[in-house]
Amino acid sequence: MKFEEAYSRLEEILEKMNSGKASLDDSLKLYEEADKLIVNCQKRLSEAEKKIEMMIKNRNGEVVLDEAGNPTVQAFQP
Amino acid sequence: MENQVLTVTELTLSIKKQLESRFPYVNVQGEITNFKEQASGHLYFTLKDAQSQISGVLFRGNAQSLARMPKNGDQVVVQGELSVYAPRGNYQLIVRQLQYAGVGELLLKLHALKAKLEARGWFDKSRKKPLPTAPKTIGVVTSPTGAVIQDMINVLSRRHAKFHLLLNPVKVQGDGAAQEIALAIDHFNKFKLADVLIVGRGGGSLEDLWAFNEEVVAEAIYRSEIPIISAVGHETDFSIADFVADVRAPTPSAAAEIVMAAAVQHLQYLGQADKRLNQAMLHLLSAYRHRLDTVRRQPILTSPFAILGQASQHLDDLSEELTESMQRAIVTKRLQLAGLQRQLLALDPMVRVQHLKQKLSQLTAHLKSIDPKNLLTKGYSILFRENGSSVIFSPKEVQAGENVRVLVKDGEIKAKVL
Repeated sequence: MKFEEAYSRLEEILEKMNSGKASLDDSLKLYEEADKLIVNCQKRLSEAEKKIEMMIKNRNGEVVLDEAGNPTVQAFQP
Repeated sequence: MENQVLTVTELTLSIKKQLESRFPYVNVQGEITNFKEQASGHLYFTLKDAQSQISGVLFRGNAQSLARMPKNGDQVVVQGELSVYAPRGNYQLIVRQLQYAGVGELLLKLHALKAKLEARGWFDKSRKKPLPTAPKTIGVVTSPTGAVIQDMINVLSRRHAKFHLLLNPVKVQGDGAAQEIALAIDHFNKFKLADVLIVGRGGGSLEDLWAFNEEVVAEAIYRSEIPIISAVGHETDFSIADFVADVRAPTPSAAAEIVMAAAVQHLQYLGQADKRLNQAMLHLLSAYRHRLDTVRRQPILTSPFAILGQASQHLDDLSEELTESMQRAIVTKRLQLAGLQRQLLALDPMVRVQHLKQKLSQLTAHLKSIDPKNLLTKGYSILFRENGSSVIFSPKEVQAGENVRVLVKDGEIKAKVL
């Protein structure tokens, strides 16, 4: 689900819950759904692991590749 | 004129008048030497070439607009006017503008390339790629040394707890810098190493920033499938890279802000939504709790037997009534049944036969009791006419001499009336 879709569903749920028209049972279900949406989106936004890396280059300024042909990296300390 | 004797001042003023009106505005190219910056802020130098030299001054007001401070050996083009300084009897250039040699050429090249790429549609808004909402890896093409990368890391750390930055270290100025930058962009694409790229460097002169105005860099940016944020120099510097990139950031720090802006905004929204959700739920629960409390305070619920008492009593009454009426019904039915049984019994053929038998034996007994022969056993006799069976009841029915029959218990006696 795209963020925008998740958000419009969230708004819909909040509106329903605030309108007081939903039964307690429905509200609990809506709450659970909204909570899942929020946690999911937050997870997607914070998925990256904190890493600061630099590609390794040789003296000629060429990227050093590993055996699999992928660029090698090292931790970068600015 | 030839015989006329002039004072020094007269001559000097005449020269001044001649020179200054003859050269009110000149463009002069040369090399800076004897450069001197006075405490006043005025700059003094000599402009020279292989054969000649001329003094020059750049007053503080004009010096402030310089991209950088000139130094000895700089090839420059100056614009200004010629001025004669009478007290010392020398002439000098009052410089209004100073441009480093080659700049004019570079600017021409820049404008030509800009026009060419613009005509190709490389700057069109329609081909700008949107930045990813939540970039997993931010690729950076810049120098590994200096404040730029440091500033970007600081901004990223402040704005977002988690980010993955992958730096492709490059030379950002001098020979080969443009090729290295272009190759770095290509590498990120070839190995799919990032979700978004920041390409740039800190501020500097036009020559310093020149790599970002080279066609080879423009081409690499244009080719890139990964969205690119350009961040070249200061806010006032514009480069070709800025025009081709998907987003132009005024500075490298701003680029770091921009790359995380969407994610930060999303996280803010989600934080708010979470708060609103919990508030809504708490509100709802408290509303329901209130309703529940109100209901619970109803007497019916505080003592549930109150509502049941009446009903239960009514039920008891009904039950009693039901039992009674059932019993009454049973008694009535029983009586009816007994009656019917009696009727049935009366109608039983065996009973009737018995009945008739009884009656018959009564009648038989009775009959027996009245049988005349019975009387004969007791010594009575019956008198019959001789030839007939008629019974003689009276002496008047017979005549003397008549023969009669006397019936006794065990036979007949023949007799004659006397």
